[in-house]
Amino acid sequence: MSPTLLFLLVGVAVPFLALLLISFWTRDGFGFDTTLTFANYERIWTEPIFGALLSRSLWISGVVTVATVLLCYPMAYYVAFHVHRHKMLWIILMTLPFWTSYLLRIFAWKVILGYEGVINASLLSLGWIAAPLEFLLYSPTAVIITLAHAWAAFAILPLYVSLEKIDRSLLEAAADLGDGPARRFFRITLPLSMPGVLSAFFLIFIPTTGDYITPALLGGPDGAMIGNLIQLQFGAVNNWPMGAALSIVLTLWIAAIGLVFLALSRILAQRAA
Amino acid sequence: MTPGDGFISIRNVAKSYGAFRAIESISMEIGKGEFFSLLGASGCGKTTLLRMLAGFEDVSGGEIWIDGQEMSAVPPFRRPVNMVFQNYAIFPHMNVAENVGYGLRKLNLPKTQRREMVEEMLDLVRLAGYGGRKANELSGGQRQRVALARALILKPKVLLLDEPLGALDRQLREQMQVELRRLQRSIGITFVFVTHDQEEALTLSDRIAVMDGGAVLQVGSPADLYERPASRKVAGFIGTMNFLRARVAERANGRAHLDVEALGRLAVPAEATTLAAGSPAWIAIRPERFALSDAPPADGSYAVEASLELTTYLGERCRHVVRLAGHETRIAVSAPNARRHQPASLDLEKPVWLTWSEDAVIVLEEDRT
Amino acid sequence: MSGGSYINRPNRALTAYALVFLTVLYLPVLALPLFSFNESISVRFPLQGFTLQWYVDLWSRDSVLAALWNSVRVGVCVSLLATALGLLAARAITLRRLPGQNAIVAFAMLPLVIPGIIFGVALLILFSRIGVPLSLITVGFGHLVICLPFAVATLLPRFEGFDRSIEEASADLGENGWWTFWRVTFPMVLPGVVASLLLTFTISFDEFIITFFLSGYDATLPIYIWSQLRFPREFPSVLALSTLILAASFILVFTALWIGRIGLARPEEAEARKEGPA
Repeated sequence: MSPTLLFLLVGVAVPFLALLLISFWTRDGFGFDTTLTFANYERIWTEPIFGALLSRSLWISGVVTVATVLLCYPMAYYVAFHVHRHKMLWIILMTLPFWTSYLLRIFAWKVILGYEGVINASLLSLGWIAAPLEFLLYSPTAVIITLAHAWAAFAILPLYVSLEKIDRSLLEAAADLGDGPARRFFRITLPLSMPGVLSAFFLIFIPTTGDYITPALLGGPDGAMIGNLIQLQFGAVNNWPMGAALSIVLTLWIAAIGLVFLALSRILAQRAA
Repeated sequence: MTPGDGFISIRNVAKSYGAFRAIESISMEIGKGEFFSLLGASGCGKTTLLRMLAGFEDVSGGEIWIDGQEMSAVPPFRRPVNMVFQNYAIFPHMNVAENVGYGLRKLNLPKTQRREMVEEMLDLVRLAGYGGRKANELSGGQRQRVALARALILKPKVLLLDEPLGALDRQLREQMQVELRRLQRSIGITFVFVTHDQEEALTLSDRIAVMDGGAVLQVGSPADLYERPASRKVAGFIGTMNFLRARVAERANGRAHLDVEALGRLAVPAEATTLAAGSPAWIAIRPERFALSDAPPADGSYAVEASLELTTYLGERCRHVVRLAGHETRIAVSAPNARRHQPASLDLEKPVWLTWSEDAVIVLEEDRT
Repeated sequence: MSGGSYINRPNRALTAYALVFLTVLYLPVLALPLFSFNESISVRFPLQGFTLQWYVDLWSRDSVLAALWNSVRVGVCVSLLATALGLLAARAITLRRLPGQNAIVAFAMLPLVIPGIIFGVALLILFSRIGVPLSLITVGFGHLVICLPFAVATLLPRFEGFDRSIEEASADLGENGWWTFWRVTFPMVLPGVVASLLLTFTISFDEFIITFFLSGYDATLPIYIWSQLRFPREFPSVLALSTLILAASFILVFTALWIGRIGLARPEEAEARKEGPA
């Protein structure tokens, strides 16, 4: 363990501490003013642009997470309960696109959703619409569709694992005791698959809040997220301490929402039990 | 057998995990070519002792000698013992022949000879022709045979078996018991066999060590343990036994006289017990040592009146529960069905007579706790 | 778990949903190859005609080949290191159950649930403060951090399913620690090792989010593609390049997942064995 642990310390903990430290500095020309100050955090708190971008990021990620989990649940359920042969092949098929380049998958959506992309061109040639649908590209909708598609594997795998684990005799017992399919689902299957739902939530919500490629390629001005702002601080704006502070704020928000979600699910689980 | 002359000599061996003493100072001698069983409930230390023989567990105190060599400094891969694991531990990435031939690498044999040896072993365990099978294509009984062949191919001085039949169903288990015995007789290797199944131990072993709570209660042949158990625990663990409270009344004329609960006064040969007059004791009698009849015996042997409470028909024998007249004490009786329709001669309504002979009585000390 | 049992009886609506789901999952990705063979320079319907011109173009571009070479170098190093570290971690985790073990595993999995951008900027800050110039090495370091959870997750089940008595059996049959490792332990975890190598290579090869912050003058393939995306007339060649990368990734990952499953009991098989004759 020790070499791995050591690497993790250097690769994860130390950079994080550096990030934390620099967030209390300020920009000074091309260098840094290393006096410790809350100035960056004060700006984030007072200037509305930061709050607006942050809440939009969390909102978009939340919608993406819920949509992805809802869309993937039946799929995972299908493979867990109704596929009996070549299960592994199905799992590989469902997760294969995820392993291909993130950038390329987003680029693919740009090709599909664009003004002259697959959807608009098809609808135009069919005569169903007179002009290209603009909301498809450069909008929060585009970002949501793309992210939900891109992160599907992160929902399917944990959902599948938790569903596959459910002892089939529990469902037979429920049926034997008089529950129909719907009741069985809500009283047995869903509660027992909650760990999978929870993992899917964390595995999708957290990484997507910090995404900047999808908004940059597909979001347009209304689809920008906090990640774009952070990236700008380290690029064109060149205000690293500000970017660091934004990263820390984002991390704190994610942690807070994660904890609230965890606590809520614990309470719900206890009530159900 | 006197201490120290065994093929395997276990001398004051102890094992502790931190403050917990799993085994406290066990000594025993196992002879060459013996089929020796360690019998006990789970947690009694039998598997720990076996693993110490194999070298997987260090000995906290004492010494283990195998064929005149002290073992504490010898790692598992240099010990002249081989093991059949409880779950068989078949190498999942190798086929049957590769599994069986695993231990031959070091011998640097030519390929053809190796193959011959493997085939010979597969023949021995009746798996000829299965060499190419994959490990996961085998049934439980076949896996057991592969594990056996793999351990025997190196011709170990001692074969260790850790509950090898536990995972098999009843029929297969009985079949494997016969085969194990046949194998052991034909190759003459010392077997040390761990089991929690007393019937299995009785069937297979030359001698058995009954273990409990990290200690050895008694070592003896199956007949010894069954007919002359040294303590109430051993008597209760092996077979079914009726226990009755007793007290030694007097010792006179080469006889010991005992006052026994519900049965009254009995006499046994003086050598049946070393207890002094006045000592509390237990009387133990096997169910099959009793006989039931519908009339009092004429020859004046021991008999008491009883009522029949329950009769279970088991085919070759009947098992009865009787209550002694005027007492709450219940006795289990097992009677062979030597003639057809015999059970009909006993009637639940009428009194019956319970008889036994003097040599059926085992006298035991009060257990020290 | 037979197919005909009451609980698992076929459900048509669900089957239809599953097929639609798979289609939608693959359609966007398959759009790239489709347009990469299109003669027109603009990406739109209807298709103009079949051509391999964009693929031929790629060969004449030194920058593409350089980026490819960079990506391969980083990917190979990262996959080797991540798998080695993952092996050490998985072995240590399963060998002795230490208190705080779960915390250590969670720590190793942390990069999975932290937005990549935060790792990217944090490492950027660290490197610049300690004066390490950005290069392929810093890129590789960043990739290693995010590949490690995948390596551990791929290797851990191998060691967890590993019965201690298998190694004991080898020792019992006369093999010392070294030979036991080579004859038993290694062959049994080998599929996991291969899977981990392939997966971590693919992740590194495709990684963009962190690479963007950590790369110096030497671009990796995704960085090169990003730089070309600004120019619409470069679209067709990007499409061709993407198609090649997609094909390579698909093959690598499919192989990895297929190999990775070898020897791990599949649910159906485990079930069948339990019920089968002893």
